[in-house]
Amino acid sequence: MPYRLLRFGFSREHPEPRMFTRHASLKSGYEVVIIGGGGHGLAAAYYLARDHGMKSIAVIEKGYLGGGNTARNTTIIRSNYLTPEGVQFYDESVRLWQDLAEDFDLNLFYSTRGHYTLAHTDSAMRTMRWRAEVNKHYGVGSEAVDAAFVKRRIPMIDMTCNGHAPIVGALFHAPGAIARHDAIAWGYGRGADRRGVEIHQETEVTGIRVAGGRVVGVDTTRGPIATTRVLCAVAGYTPRVLGMVDLHTPIYVHPLQAMVSEPLKPWLDPIIVSGSLHVYVSQSARGELVMGASLDPYELHSTRSTLDFAESLSAHMLDMFPFLSEVKVNRQWAGLADMTPDFAPIMGTTPVEGFFLDAGWGTWGFKATPVCGKTMSHTVATGRNHPLIEGFAFDRFARYQLTGEKGAASVGH
Amino acid sequence: MKIMICPLNGPRPVSEFVYGGEVRHSPDPDACSDVEWSDYVFNRSGTPGIKYEWWCHIASGFWFIALRDTTSDAVIATYPAETVRQPGWPRGRTPRCIVSIRGRTNGSIARP
Repeated sequence: MPYRLLRFGFSREHPEPRMFTRHASLKSGYEVVIIGGGGHGLAAAYYLARDHGMKSIAVIEKGYLGGGNTARNTTIIRSNYLTPEGVQFYDESVRLWQDLAEDFDLNLFYSTRGHYTLAHTDSAMRTMRWRAEVNKHYGVGSEAVDAAFVKRRIPMIDMTCNGHAPIVGALFHAPGAIARHDAIAWGYGRGADRRGVEIHQETEVTGIRVAGGRVVGVDTTRGPIATTRVLCAVAGYTPRVLGMVDLHTPIYVHPLQAMVSEPLKPWLDPIIVSGSLHVYVSQSARGELVMGASLDPYELHSTRSTLDFAESLSAHMLDMFPFLSEVKVNRQWAGLADMTPDFAPIMGTTPVEGFFLDAGWGTWGFKATPVCGKTMSHTVATGRNHPLIEGFAFDRFARYQLTGEKGAASVGH
Repeated sequence: MKIMICPLNGPRPVSEFVYGGEVRHSPDPDACSDVEWSDYVFNRSGTPGIKYEWWCHIASGFWFIALRDTTSDAVIATYPAETVRQPGWPRGRTPRCIVSIRGRTNGSIARP
């Protein structure tokens, strides 16, 4: 080891700029407290500081930055949704994604690949046409394509899927992309940090103080904080935080697992999704196949991995790509997905004044990170829901006005 | 959890079962308000804990109730579905009467 490096390691001074400032203690109060230092929470902090001129913001993270679902997803970015609310919302997100690397001065490895949702039946094809028409109406590049088109673009695929699920067509979504997931948390985190946002890792929120229907403070493992505005962006931990303010929602938590293969030479350019086979797969810049499937079948608050999952996902991968039979699985992991009955998020103001929610992101949250930051920062700063998130309001269930996005979920969860 | 003890069929691999959600009591649809009804239809207790849940053994089509810790995934006990009709259940304590069906296993404790 070079002497300089050794000396650097042992010295107390580390002059090289770190990504984030470490704050020794919490202040007694902040204008806004954001619970959850994942992509969503950090993005909201970034836009609150940059666009809304807020100076006193704390992001409180129980674990480490970007260690939850931001690090556990399969990094697919798309806007080919089913409802007008969803399509417009995710389309704005895709637009924001494309400029982020420049905003952050950080390589996000944003890579536009094209996204194929395979249809194995006539009824699936009908949904693809429906989605394509809704998408086109809102200017999103989606089209229903036939089997020959799929074979031309993905020549390695077994079009019969081992004989039992022949591909009849697909929804082709040209803007579909993947990105480096950690970088989005670091990018927003660094940007927020430079604008004076305090990021406190390894700090757990233990309670939220409410007086007269208003938020007045937050209790943490490092002491209490006075604040009038709290944004909850904690994915699978949402029900626990909602318990602190006594709010009831339809959110239920199931684990969602994923895995990657060993690195291979580049052979798969687009992102492939099959609802019938419960698979979504893309090849990362490192050459690994990043694979995901449906939710675990029952409620569980644990990020354990199961052999059942690896076996069934591998079997379905081999249906599509039999030549992968010798390829090894490198890693497998799980995240906690906060699911809603209509597969749309729950965002914005809540009956508790000053308590804002960015939740219900289930299996579809990563792609929405930038637009969630934008719309939630607007909502927190003004106290009114941003027009783009009105369809995702907290009270939509009590009004029986759901935003049905289940048909656009990547696989039948 | 790898093995679940079905009150009818005994210990079986968990892949033979489907989850049917938490045991809940419906309000009277004629008497309750729209908001109360939406609370029943949509809202769930999403926090982790020890919960009474509906499970079905698919091969035999047998529905029963399991008491499960949703953090550790340990099944604490399983009961035949009739138990749910007992007064004060499941809000009260664990039912005293766990009926043995056809001489097969009763709801004994399953440790994963």
